[in-house]
Amino acid sequence: MKSKIAKISIATIAALSLSASVASADTLSDTLSQGYLKCGINSGLPGFASADSKGHWSGIDVEVCRAVAAAVLGDQTKVKYTSLNAKERFTALQSGEIDLLSRNTTWTETRDSSLGLNFAGVNFYDGQGFLVHKSLGVKNAKELDGAAVCVQSGTTTELNLADYFRKNGMKYKLVAYDSNDQVLKGFETGRCDVITSDSSQLYSLRIKLKNPAGSMVLPNIISKEPLGPVVRQGDDKWFNIVKWSYNAMVAAEEAGITSKNVDSMLKSNNPTVKRILGVEGKLGENLGLKKDFAYQIIKQVGNYGEVFERTVGMGSPLKIKRGLNALWTKGGLQYSPPFR
Amino acid sequence: MFALLRDRKVRGILFQLLTIIGLVAFLWYIGTNTVHNIEQRGIRTGFGFLTGTSGFAINDSPIAYNETYTYWRVFFVGLLNTIIISVIVIFLSSILGLIIGVLRLSNNWLIAKLSSAYIDIFRNIPILLQILFWYNVVLATLPSPRKSIELFGSIFINNRGFYVPKPDMNSTTIGVMVSVAFVFVFVFFLNRWANKRHEETGEDFPVLYTGLGLLVVVPIAAYFIFGANFNFSYPHLRGFNFTGGKTFYPEFLALTFALTIYTATFIAEAVRSGIEAVSKGQKEAAASIGLSSYQALKLVVLPQAIRIAIPPTINQYLNIVKNSSLATAIGYPELVTVFAGTTLNQVGQAIEIISMTMLVYLVVSLVVSALLNWINFKMKIKER
Repeated sequence: MKSKIAKISIATIAALSLSASVASADTLSDTLSQGYLKCGINSGLPGFASADSKGHWSGIDVEVCRAVAAAVLGDQTKVKYTSLNAKERFTALQSGEIDLLSRNTTWTETRDSSLGLNFAGVNFYDGQGFLVHKSLGVKNAKELDGAAVCVQSGTTTELNLADYFRKNGMKYKLVAYDSNDQVLKGFETGRCDVITSDSSQLYSLRIKLKNPAGSMVLPNIISKEPLGPVVRQGDDKWFNIVKWSYNAMVAAEEAGITSKNVDSMLKSNNPTVKRILGVEGKLGENLGLKKDFAYQIIKQVGNYGEVFERTVGMGSPLKIKRGLNALWTKGGLQYSPPFR
Repeated sequence: MFALLRDRKVRGILFQLLTIIGLVAFLWYIGTNTVHNIEQRGIRTGFGFLTGTSGFAINDSPIAYNETYTYWRVFFVGLLNTIIISVIVIFLSSILGLIIGVLRLSNNWLIAKLSSAYIDIFRNIPILLQILFWYNVVLATLPSPRKSIELFGSIFINNRGFYVPKPDMNSTTIGVMVSVAFVFVFVFFLNRWANKRHEETGEDFPVLYTGLGLLVVVPIAAYFIFGANFNFSYPHLRGFNFTGGKTFYPEFLALTFALTIYTATFIAEAVRSGIEAVSKGQKEAAASIGLSSYQALKLVVLPQAIRIAIPPTINQYLNIVKNSSLATAIGYPELVTVFAGTTLNQVGQAIEIISMTMLVYLVVSLVVSALLNWINFKMKIKER
């Protein structure tokens, strides 16, 4: 539980550091000279970012940090993680406390246009859903009129919730907390009937419950939630690096390059594979990186499919299906512009 | 020129001037640098966001609010909730603090020990923990809405809050409320008149009994005059939750309990130190003219003790206002939760929002301390 003092001081420090720091627009050379990447992640969301007993972070959002570190510094371990709650995340990025925000953050017009942020891609296509106690006997979100709803405050989820109930002419009692832990506690103690959140989050919150079998996720999906990594506006070079580090993972999956076969793929005759791995052309150098940046990502972190299955997919407790997150060639939305 | 510098007065002025110039230059540098950085990073600036639609709900608002209102409205909802919780806690903790402070000096061993145990326990546990304790441990263990505790068939207590009947705002209700206010104002002036008469002639007037009598008679009279039409809205279970009546949410209750119990310990200590500062001779003198120990406390000791206790109590009142912002941990929608929290995250303009919030706390605290300093001044012993 972070106290309000911590929260206010982060916001205040952020406000102050906006005033004090001489704007540095070259994140790449800053990162190279300090030798590590400053990455902001969720404070605890299994599948997206959670720490094990030894303090090692894992999750699909954490892998984006690792990929960028591998691309820029050649070593996926050189990341300094800052765990942030929903309210702190943008100020932390704006103020330079972190250089990359990879914290299941929804890409919206307001955030893209007025917060001084750039979204560098979508590493998880999500949608908002509802988690209810089975004992309520509710089978559909349309039956939730009058329910008390727990939600994490300051999220797009909170706005979608208001829209959804208004659109359907239903009433609800809002119970807004600023951490997911308190949301879970509110649900378990019966302060609210329902939790609403991105449906991937609902699955990971559900396995944290004392009695997961006593609750269920409703079939309704009420919004589009494209989640992705975010950088500050005004540093296009850094924006490109993050964007193409992520694209490299998707392109690698499409080209059939995995962390296991990447070394043998170096000898491949396929020109696409050669360009991705930097055997041919100067794609990495155009970004201001080494030629083999994508090789490092794939070797050390893996391609998008590997990362997905390991963190949220069948190789994880969450068992989320690829669905919208399958490659475009397999009916999903994951698509990398060509490496050319 | 150098001779001038040896003049202590001139030197003093010079150094002060330099300090001011330095300070202004520093602030100017910070200001322009901030604006420059913000512009460079493409962050929206200014207070234009305040007229935008909020799009989110607030669970406990004293004024009309829903997601179609503006951020301005959110600001006022938060501000009002901060003020409401502060006023309630100031009132309750003063009463509790006064009682505990007096009891702590009681001659009864058990009462004195219990009071000092209460102070020692609650004063030394961090307030945030106490809030979380009330919220997550005490109130959360209440039964669910369908198994609510029912009192008199119209009051319901469950883990979603305390539900009580609420009178509709018709002419009878308003008439009775105005009449009660009228009685209080009347008794205030009656008391002044009675004191004056007591000083001049020595005759007593039973202000307390008159006041209590009026408090019963006048509202009843008002009730009949204004149409004898009380119409209560009763809470009742509908679907998942209770509707109708007035709801006190667990967030509000936990914050009120925790802040009251915590702050009362400090006020009790202020009262105790005030009482102990009154010299023993005063009590003995009171006893020697035949006052009972209750009379001595009420007429001789407390009036002097309260004067001493006021300045430290002011500090506690200011702490209440500031500590109310800890509500963000449990989601009570006061200023920091809904404005410096939710609104900040939806619009992302940290500098504007944090400055507005800090300014509010500064202004509220200055007003509270000005008010109490004025009372302190009025209460001071007038040396003749």
